[in-house]
Amino acid sequence: MNDTEKELLKIIADMDGTPAGAYNIRANGSLAGRATTENIDIRTKTDKPGIDIIIKPGTKGETVHIPVIIDASGLNDLVYNDFYIGDNADVTIMAGCGIHNCGESESRHDGVHTFYVGKGAHVKYVERHYGEGDGTGGRNMNPTTVVNISDDGYMEMETSQIKGIDSTYRKTRATVSDGGTLIIHEKIMTHGTQTADTDFSVDLNGKNSSANVISRSVARDKSHQRFLSNINGNNVCNGHTECDAIIMDEANVKASPTLGANHIDAALIHEAAIGKIAGDQLTKLMTLGLTEQQAEEEIINGFLK
Amino acid sequence: MLELKNISFGALTDDGKKEIIKDISIKFDGGFIAITGPNGGGKSTLAKIIAGIEKPTCGKIYLDGEDITGLSVTERARRGISFAFQQPVRFKGITVNDLIRLAAGRDITVSEACDYLSQVGLCARDYINREVNASLSGGELKRIEIATVLARGTAVSIFDEPEAGIDLWSFSNLINVFERMRERLGGTIIIISHQERILNIADKVAVLAAGELTAYGEKEAVLPGLLDDSFDACKVLKDSMKEASV
Repeated sequence: MNDTEKELLKIIADMDGTPAGAYNIRANGSLAGRATTENIDIRTKTDKPGIDIIIKPGTKGETVHIPVIIDASGLNDLVYNDFYIGDNADVTIMAGCGIHNCGESESRHDGVHTFYVGKGAHVKYVERHYGEGDGTGGRNMNPTTVVNISDDGYMEMETSQIKGIDSTYRKTRATVSDGGTLIIHEKIMTHGTQTADTDFSVDLNGKNSSANVISRSVARDKSHQRFLSNINGNNVCNGHTECDAIIMDEANVKASPTLGANHIDAALIHEAAIGKIAGDQLTKLMTLGLTEQQAEEEIINGFLK
Repeated sequence: MLELKNISFGALTDDGKKEIIKDISIKFDGGFIAITGPNGGGKSTLAKIIAGIEKPTCGKIYLDGEDITGLSVTERARRGISFAFQQPVRFKGITVNDLIRLAAGRDITVSEACDYLSQVGLCARDYINREVNASLSGGELKRIEIATVLARGTAVSIFDEPEAGIDLWSFSNLINVFERMRERLGGTIIIISHQERILNIADKVAVLAAGELTAYGEKEAVLPGLLDDSFDACKVLKDSMKEASV
């Protein structure tokens, strides 16, 4: 593994060398390292590119790392990763993709991740997307996440795309059964002429199921963002979706939260707020001795923290 | 020393141009100065002019002899002027600790942050990691605002109605905070206030009414006259009350 690749791994997965526990590293479309544990198995799919991650019921406190890195220009990578999380397991999954493109051709990673969260299982899923390199070739990522939460299952997704991805279309589909919970925190920052589309749709099918979809984003320069979020309440359930965006320069953001209540006891809320950084926020930080630019950075860093 | 020379400030309103500050000249040479006067008298505007948030239409401001009239908010802050807002600003994502760290201009330890927060009657453990957002009450925000000025520890500290929104129990602590600040900072502390108890701990009192400085001097000299003035200022109200009682 070269230095660029090691650096990408550090940024997207906090990995310094090989992580403890189970992992699967994919570099430029092929396997660059794998480890399994007694409770977590990782198998290469035989019918299409990708892996199956199988976590035994009752597994507690383990972390799986599955980073993808690309530093070859012109590589178009597509993977299907399926996660089977056994009943009552409690695990963390660290995914992420880093692209370093110095060439002129598009480098692209499309990942389809499907989660089967077992009964009473608890999953934290962290996904970071990052791009760098001064080539003219595009750095594009289109992740699709499909989540199926069984009775009393819990999944928390933390996704972030802070830098360097020219175009992204993030699609998330989820169904939640009785007593299940889905929490999504999304953070996006776009600059230059980048575009970012996110599209969430959650079906709260189970009795006492709940979902909370929260997106915070900053759109700078001439970038475009589109936020779609749809929660369907098909039973006694609680759903909340929130999009909070800061626009700067000549960027634009479109937020369309929608709710569908198909049950009399479905309690659903949506919120969306888009605006520039408030002038009094800048002034306050300037009275502490920060320049306008430093104040702007602090406000954005805090907002996306 | 902070000196304002012939400061005027006008703003455009529906009825044309309105003079909010009219040719004010005043020197602040250390100690605790309270600025008081009726609502709409120009007190907050004057404070904002000192901090650089508003630019005077004419006049000059000098800090230790240097003309700072043309300097930005940032440059004035760096030269030693701090300003506590009357209505503190909320930030999504920025924590109390972040704000105090930015105010101090360096990384601070939890115990230092705790010191500033406890001075304003907040338990650091409960607040340090809270976001300075809508989840904090007006009174809590107000105290955090004061703590940021304490953390800066500059030569000139201006507080715009620090007592507003603070409950009675904390109010006496607030008086202690300002008394201690006088000992610690040793600089110029300017407080805009309507509270008699704050006026009582001041060294000097300035009265601003209808954009004019109507009195400025030692507390003992200004305060008695202030009560007479306020009697006059309430004339309209008194008359209307008289009418109502007839």
